[in-house]
Amino acid sequence: MNNTTIRSIHRSRHSWARTRKTLLDILWYVVVTFLALCVMVPFIWMIVTSLKGQNEIFTYPPTWIPQDWQWKNYVDVWQEAPFGRYFLNSTFVALMVTVGQLTSCILAGFAFARMEFKGKNFMFLLFLSTTMISSQVTLVPSYLIMRSLNWIDHYQALIVPFLANAFGVFMIRQSFRSVPREMEEAAKLDGCGRLRFLVQIMLPLCKPILASQALFAFMGNWNSYLWPLIVTNQDDMRTLQIGLRYFVSGEGGTKWGLYMAAAVLVSLPVIIIYFLVQKTFVESMASTGLKDI
Amino acid sequence: MTTTSTDVSQLPPKQKGRWWRRWGEETFSAYLFLLPSLVIFITFTFFPAIYSMVVSLFRWNMPSKPFFVGFENYIYLFTDAIEAPLFWKSFLNTFYFALGVPINLVISLLIALLLNRRLAGVGIFRTTFFLPTITSMAAVSVVWLWLFHPADYGLFNSWLIAMGIPIQRWLRDPVLAMPCLIGMGVWHGMGYNIIIFLAGLQAVPTTYYEAAKIDGASPFALFRHITWPLLGPTLFYVLTVGMINSLKAFTEIDVMTQGGPLGSTTTLAYLLYQNAFQFFQMGKASAIAVLLFIMLLLLTWIQFRFVDRKVHYE
Repeated sequence: MNNTTIRSIHRSRHSWARTRKTLLDILWYVVVTFLALCVMVPFIWMIVTSLKGQNEIFTYPPTWIPQDWQWKNYVDVWQEAPFGRYFLNSTFVALMVTVGQLTSCILAGFAFARMEFKGKNFMFLLFLSTTMISSQVTLVPSYLIMRSLNWIDHYQALIVPFLANAFGVFMIRQSFRSVPREMEEAAKLDGCGRLRFLVQIMLPLCKPILASQALFAFMGNWNSYLWPLIVTNQDDMRTLQIGLRYFVSGEGGTKWGLYMAAAVLVSLPVIIIYFLVQKTFVESMASTGLKDI
Repeated sequence: MTTTSTDVSQLPPKQKGRWWRRWGEETFSAYLFLLPSLVIFITFTFFPAIYSMVVSLFRWNMPSKPFFVGFENYIYLFTDAIEAPLFWKSFLNTFYFALGVPINLVISLLIALLLNRRLAGVGIFRTTFFLPTITSMAAVSVVWLWLFHPADYGLFNSWLIAMGIPIQRWLRDPVLAMPCLIGMGVWHGMGYNIIIFLAGLQAVPTTYYEAAKIDGASPFALFRHITWPLLGPTLFYVLTVGMINSLKAFTEIDVMTQGGPLGSTTTLAYLLYQNAFQFFQMGKASAIAVLLFIMLLLLTWIQFRFVDRKVHYE
């Protein structure tokens, strides 16, 4: 390659520019690959450690390739803590929140997008203002409410407070507004009621935005930490994220191999979903960032 | 919800009759549609927000009954010989921790500029940089706890040894703990910023660059005079959202340091948690919550002002 490179420089300025571009591209690949590797180090280290035995973990210098692959860690982890139960809890709660939140957002989004009613502006501002009140501020009173409802250590406590989401309402409203009004009038003339129009015509038309909202609701809930930490005390009510927190075992120090295997299991579902629906994911991330209020 | 033949909302407004008739069917239905969200918002957002302010005026050590003390909780936080230093330290720690936001912003912008090219495989790289962001903070914190392990077999320490630097105690060192948390936060939050920046960069019309190139502008000049000003609103958005999230940070602190060592990583959000759920001092915790609320409100207000500016811009 070098010979041709040198020759082409001599030949003409045009090919020199081309060579320079190729060299820059190669440089770009080198730099970006290096950065990407740096970013991946924690993930790689997590997986490598999760496949090591206890002895190998505590040796210096650390090894990047396990000498003795301990796939057993992924089996043992289920015995170490009630991970099956945690998985069940997290999945159930996240699914319920996703379905419930999406339903309430669709209804409210439709009202704001397609209905004229007294106090609409006020209601809109009211919804908007909820985005300014962060969960930290309402933490103590929300906990007190849960206590007085006797919801501590019950699924309701993990689900009900998250059944509304103003951002979701705005996003869905935005997409409902893009459906032509003529369509609604035509449907009305044919004797199609409002609710039926919403379910049979609007929703199928707005699938992408609904998918991304569902994704966000699921992911946000699956990853949530502070609230489940507060409203659950019993081991069998904990979610995965909290279960992980208590995964520090007694004798012989922390079993890092198992701990990392647990971390892999906890992070895997969302990563898998991400790879399956990457495009929706990234686009909705970018759009919530920019288009939304 | 009966919404068939007669459209009552079309009737003249002076119509007499029962209230739902006067209001019109549409208004009635609309409020039915809003009801589920409204109930949740009122119970779990508005009521708690007000309740928080009320509780902050009481001394309430959990098992015992609350009693009204006015602004005592606030005064204690600001001036008490024992409380005040803790509070102010957490206050400063909160902003120290928020230093991660501008650092994150610069790094993500540089990477976004790098990734804003049409070359084969760029998608794989974008995916890679985005991966930390979607991974749960709890899992990621556990991994970094292991990376920062204070023994020689901890990964970072093994690198230090390879470079001939004495090993560090990282998260157990009062001086290093916060920078460690910031470093992890930057790594975790970068992906989101990169996505936003890429969207912003791709929204800049290529004709601007072409025109400038014809005029012989250097790459730096292109960035300085086209990219930077057009990306301004995006930058501002990322900055304020980042600050808001940074003020609310909890998971990484709880998993990795529990506010220690020596309170060096106790932020206001963590102090609030400690007071409420470890010391069960609901009044004091609520006072901290109200102060945090004011700070967050200020940031949100700044952000909303920016939305206005963005509208004028386009």
